[in-house]
Amino acid sequence: MQGITQKYNAIAIGTSAGGLFALSGILDELPAGYPIPIMVVQHRSKDQKDLLEEVLQNKCKIRIKQADEKETIKGGFVYVAPPDYHLLVEADKTFSLSSDEAVRFSRPSIDVLFETAAIVYKDTLAGIILTGASSDGAAGITVIKEYGGLTIAQDPAEAQFPFMPESSIQTKAVQHIWTLSEIKKFLSEISNI
Amino acid sequence: MNFDNKELKDLLESVRFVYGYDFTDYAEASVKRRIDHFMNTRKITALEKLGKMILHDEKLFEEFIQEVSVTVTEMFRDPVFYKSIRENVLKRLATYPFIKIWIAGCATGEEIYSIAILLQEEGLLNRSVIYATDINQKSLQIAKDGVYPVENMKAYTANYQKAHGKKSFSEYYKAKYNSVMFDKSLKQNIVFAAHNLAVDKSFNEFQLIICRNVLIYFNQKLQNKVINLFYESLCPFGFLGLGNKESLLFTDRKKYFEEIDRKEKIFMKK
Ligand SMILES: C[S@@+](CC[C@H](N)C(=O)[O-])C[C@H]1O[C@@H](n2cnc3c(N)ncnc32)[C@H](O)[C@@H]1O
Repeated sequence: MQGITQKYNAIAIGTSAGGLFALSGILDELPAGYPIPIMVVQHRSKDQKDLLEEVLQNKCKIRIKQADEKETIKGGFVYVAPPDYHLLVEADKTFSLSSDEAVRFSRPSIDVLFETAAIVYKDTLAGIILTGASSDGAAGITVIKEYGGLTIAQDPAEAQFPFMPESSIQTKAVQHIWTLSEIKKFLSEISNI
Repeated sequence: MNFDNKELKDLLESVRFVYGYDFTDYAEASVKRRIDHFMNTRKITALEKLGKMILHDEKLFEEFIQEVSVTVTEMFRDPVFYKSIRENVLKRLATYPFIKIWIAGCATGEEIYSIAILLQEEGLLNRSVIYATDINQKSLQIAKDGVYPVENMKAYTANYQKAHGKKSFSEYYKAKYNSVMFDKSLKQNIVFAAHNLAVDKSFNEFQLIICRNVLIYFNQKLQNKVINLFYESLCPFGFLGLGNKESLLFTDRKKYFEEIDRKEKIFMKK
């Protein structure tokens, strides 16, 4: 992973089916004080409440929390989009939520997070698409690339559900196709820049 | 979809000037997305062009309002909220001879009929008046009609049951073709009116104000202003019900309210 010298101020991750396993695979060893804020959209049922956060927290050292409306985005946290709301990043680096219509049948939608985060964090954003059975995220990853951010997809050969990373890769906007362990290594390296 | 901030500001300012609708203190990322969506579906390529078009075409402006004011809603949305209103709020309101309720941002009315059903089941509907307001005239008209697509009833019935509804949900409506119409008796004490939370004043005093999934679209400044408006519009020990993801956390009035149900965002004016 030589050659990465860019400083990243935020990381956005999108996943759906199989996501829990993949997320804990890349986040479990991050230290509690990991300096770069991480924002996650995991497609989830609206009846699920806080289950995802609890399960993930049990496997991770870094704080996992459901993103609150108007909350300031800070390092040391993995923010997860609440069920049934889109998660958006505002220019002053706070979150806003919206219950407008589902995008590609999903609310929260990965595209919505990626697009709004790209506008704010520009070339200091890294976007990561993991396992999933939907094409959500493909439009978002393209926008991250347009704004100069770094784009990563989980290697479909390894992904439990390859359709989502494949859809993103097909846009030609993905710069790195990595396995979970490579993504994990990347996350740890960029925190030292 | 990233607009020039100055151009966006200009557009919203002129909308405010010409039509009196103030979107300048809405959460920006969300407004941008709505406008972008509106432009895409109508193949309008520049913000400046959109500005010219909506300022000269009232009909197009109406469609613009439709898009920018997110209209998504359902009956007994977040059933536990309604269960809590029934158990924690209506029981206490029952001691009043006359109950005034304000549902602000009622959209197409699904929330109003849900509350009316609760009041009916608690035997309070006859002595209640519900003031239902929104900025979106088209939505208000749908709310008044009380006619909804039949295919939604399955989900609403499930919500109703989760909210501990006391009857069979289908007793409240009549189905005709692909629509259902809610019972007229539910409507007897509802007053529908246009009211803009961003610019209009308080118009009465209420025992209960419900405003759900509206504040999330506002920035902190406007949220603060609206919470103040609600505070002024509540009687002592009056109740305020917000959306699941909304809170008083960032508002000046935080200390003036007591939490009645923390999870369901139900508060009481101290
Ligand atoms: C997402 S809907 C919420 C509907 C319903 N309260 C619910 O929770 O299901 C938001 C509503 O707020 C209304 N709204 C937006 N801005 C408003 C304003 N400034 N004053 C009054 N209503 C407003 C919109 O027209 C829309 O009907």
